[in-house]
Amino acid sequence: MTISQFLVLGALLFSIGIYGVLVRRNAVLVLLSVELMLTAVNINLVAFGSYISDTLRSGQVFALFVITVAAAEVGIGLAIVVLVFRNRSSANVDELDLLRW
Amino acid sequence: MDWGASVSWMRDWISNADNVVFLVISLVIVAAAIRVVSSPNVVHAALMLVLALAGAAGLFLMLGAEFVAWTLVLVYIGAVIVLFLFGIMITRAPTGRDPVRLDHARRWPAAVVALGTFVTIATVTTMAFGDRPVEAAVSRSGELGDVLFSRYVIPFEAVSFVLLAALIGGIVIARKDPDR
Amino acid sequence: MTHLLVSFAGEAAHEAANLVDGGALARFAWLIPVVPLVAMFVIVFVGKRLPMKGWELAEAAMLFDAVYGVALFIANASHGISYEGSLEIGRIGSYVIEWGWVVDGLSIMMYALVGVVGLAVFTYAKGYMKGDVRFTWFFAAFTQFAGAMLLLVSSANMIQLIVGWELVGLASYLLIGHYWEDHENNAAATKAFLVNKIADVGLFIGVIIIGVTVGSFRFDAVLNAVASGNSALARVAFWSGLAIFIGAMGKSAQFPFHVWLPDAMAGPTPVSSLMHAATMVTAGVYLLGRMFPLFQTDGFATEVKSIIIVVGGITLFATGLIALVQDDIKKVLAYSTLSQLGYMTVAMGAGAYTAGLFHLFTHAFFKGLLFLCAGSVIHAVHSNNMSDMGGLRKAMPWTFRTFVVGSLALAGIFPLAGFWSKDEILASVQYDASGAGGTLASVVLVVAIAGAFVTAFYMARAVYLTFFGEYKGQAHPHESPRIMTYPLIGLGLGSIVAGFVSVPGVFEGFGQWLAARPFAMGDHHFESLNFALAGIGLAVALAGLAAGTMLWRRDAATQRERDRFRIPVLYPLLANKYYIDDLYLKGVIGPIKGPIARFVDWTSTTIIDGVVNAFGGVARLAARFVYGGIDQRGIDLAINAVAGGTSEVGEALRHTTTGRVQQYVGALFAGAVLLVVGFLIFT
Repeated sequence: MTISQFLVLGALLFSIGIYGVLVRRNAVLVLLSVELMLTAVNINLVAFGSYISDTLRSGQVFALFVITVAAAEVGIGLAIVVLVFRNRSSANVDELDLLRW
Repeated sequence: MDWGASVSWMRDWISNADNVVFLVISLVIVAAAIRVVSSPNVVHAALMLVLALAGAAGLFLMLGAEFVAWTLVLVYIGAVIVLFLFGIMITRAPTGRDPVRLDHARRWPAAVVALGTFVTIATVTTMAFGDRPVEAAVSRSGELGDVLFSRYVIPFEAVSFVLLAALIGGIVIARKDPDR
Repeated sequence: MTHLLVSFAGEAAHEAANLVDGGALARFAWLIPVVPLVAMFVIVFVGKRLPMKGWELAEAAMLFDAVYGVALFIANASHGISYEGSLEIGRIGSYVIEWGWVVDGLSIMMYALVGVVGLAVFTYAKGYMKGDVRFTWFFAAFTQFAGAMLLLVSSANMIQLIVGWELVGLASYLLIGHYWEDHENNAAATKAFLVNKIADVGLFIGVIIIGVTVGSFRFDAVLNAVASGNSALARVAFWSGLAIFIGAMGKSAQFPFHVWLPDAMAGPTPVSSLMHAATMVTAGVYLLGRMFPLFQTDGFATEVKSIIIVVGGITLFATGLIALVQDDIKKVLAYSTLSQLGYMTVAMGAGAYTAGLFHLFTHAFFKGLLFLCAGSVIHAVHSNNMSDMGGLRKAMPWTFRTFVVGSLALAGIFPLAGFWSKDEILASVQYDASGAGGTLASVVLVVAIAGAFVTAFYMARAVYLTFFGEYKGQAHPHESPRIMTYPLIGLGLGSIVAGFVSVPGVFEGFGQWLAARPFAMGDHHFESLNFALAGIGLAVALAGLAAGTMLWRRDAATQRERDRFRIPVLYPLLANKYYIDDLYLKGVIGPIKGPIARFVDWTSTTIIDGVVNAFGGVARLAARFVYGGIDQRGIDLAINAVAGGTSEVGEALRHTTTGRVQQYVGALFAGAVLLVVGFLIFT
């Protein structure tokens, strides 16, 4: 197995995740796409960890950290989305433009 | 481009059993990912993510990161997706169908950006790393635990703080106003 | 830095004239003008509080000057003094400004004259001005006059002379206008000042030309230049000499600048006596005397002398005639003064330095005396006009006697002072006629002799109309107090003996005393009395007296009748003073006040103001252009464009802040990709 194949896969997933972040209108689905991007990052990390045969296993450790932080982030994010939905009865991100000019 | 060399390289690559498995899993992941970003049904999208994550776990297993793979399954698929489903449930309109549609006007610019990103990263990485092989570095959970509590103990603690903060924050943000 | 520069007269002149430096008397001679000037200031500030209201200071100053002057006179008589002291005050470039005092024959004579006559007049004035509301101020101004006159005659350089000249003019203005409540007196004072000022232009021009040509304003430098035949000075000598004579004409009231003197009689009589008879009006003659070598030396201003003698001759005769028809006694004496000044000028024009100054000397005594007598009479009768007088010889004996003495002296009757001085003038003119003066001098000689007749004629008239006949007036005339009559007697004695100081062939002291100067004056020295001319002069004078007696000796009524026989054309001409005043008024002052003033005003408002306004207008236009064109449209436009542009760009750019996070993210990733690609390509 070459390292490149994992990296290319990771890149592909990342790009798809970007596409999803940019395109989706539902806030929850945007978060979902962000999860996709984070998964791609994890794949990259683990692949590189194996590539350098790290005795410290730093790649995997950091992948764990990413997973943890992603979970925390999803918790908060969804809480916010729920709150926003409660106030506006809509989860449409296009309507969240109070910072507009 | 030397078509002959690349074709023979590809034949060699396919002949490796690991690579075949890799190919299958990656196809699954990609297909699922595409469904995640393009499915009109929100629940389908979430469930597709489950599939993608499962495939990622498989890849981890191939790379020898067993603990990470099972953590992925446990935390991500087990908890995060459930959270997502709950969130979807709370924020959906009563009719059941997602009233929020895809933004068609933004598809092409987004596609361009995504494609650009992919091309850039892929090119850079293949140019840098090329054919170098990667071996499955099978690791035992004990080793991971050792490292986690010795070398990476500070980030570990920090992350636990992050979790605590997220926990508290989530409750504070999402609870109903007690005055009402 | 001032330092005392003591300069002697030229060594050669010293040896030639055997002159001494005068010792301490000469070294301190600067006190002579300074003491009265200081006294003036003291009188101004504390005079009113003094027991005699400041008169004592004035009298003390004059006494000091009289004593000093006489002391110098005697010292000069024993041994000729020629000394000049000076104090450097400052410098302008190469011109040195200094205060100098001259002590030589000419100056000493003037010091003594001003001192003695001044002392007499000041004493007299205490009585005359008694009860006057401006008594103290009168004496302050009078003392200022004395100081200024002495400053003038002690000047060692022309600038200082001008200072003294102008100060004397100021004193004249102040004193003529003493009774300024009456507007006519103000007009008279202004007239005196302005006529003098016009003539002073000549003086300034002359002084400047000479000073610049010679390179110094000092008299000894100028006269040295004359003596050494300086060609540059010789070139300008005629015009500068003429200009100086014009200046002298103003002060000494020669035709046509004579018009101010009769009007100056508006001042108090002591003023008329001292200033307008004895001293101030002689300043012009003095100046000619001081600058005499300039006019006398061949190659310099000798042609000016013909002009001088002609002007003097005209003045002499014409003004004498006017005196015949005056009713105001002071005016008679004023015209008489003009006439005698004409004699002095004639003498100077004939190159007779000694004769002219001798007449100045004697004239001061008897004319000063005559004015004081007139003042005495006016004081008693409260009127100036002779038609209000008559028969006063019984009421005012001393005044009468001294007046007669003065009149005889003026008329030139032997052996009184006027005889000697007038005769010397006639002799000098005759000598000049045989020499450089030619036919012009001969004509003037005849005029001068005729003038002697006229002089005696009008003085006889004045005596008879004032003192003989019956008194027809309202007042109660009585003799003046002693303080007024003693000076009369003193001056009367002077009029009798003053002539004896210069008797040709017998005692020529005066000429010697006057000649105590470092330069030779070059005038003719008479060996003996010219008996023929003396005889003619005496006969003519006696004829005049006889004619006057015949016409005017009778009683008042007949005298008035006689006065009324008039020659039709001649009388109005004389009574109106040849219409010269009218000529000046209509010909000079009228145009100046009217058209010329209006023209100047037009020039000022239209042209000058127009130019200034044009500049202002141009400035406004420029400002408007700068403001409107450059500032408003150019600079403001640029700045507004910048501001506007920034605003527009901001307007356009703010559309990027849509508030939508997805767009931000998209931009973020796109940017990152571009950056990476950029890095890859360019490194």
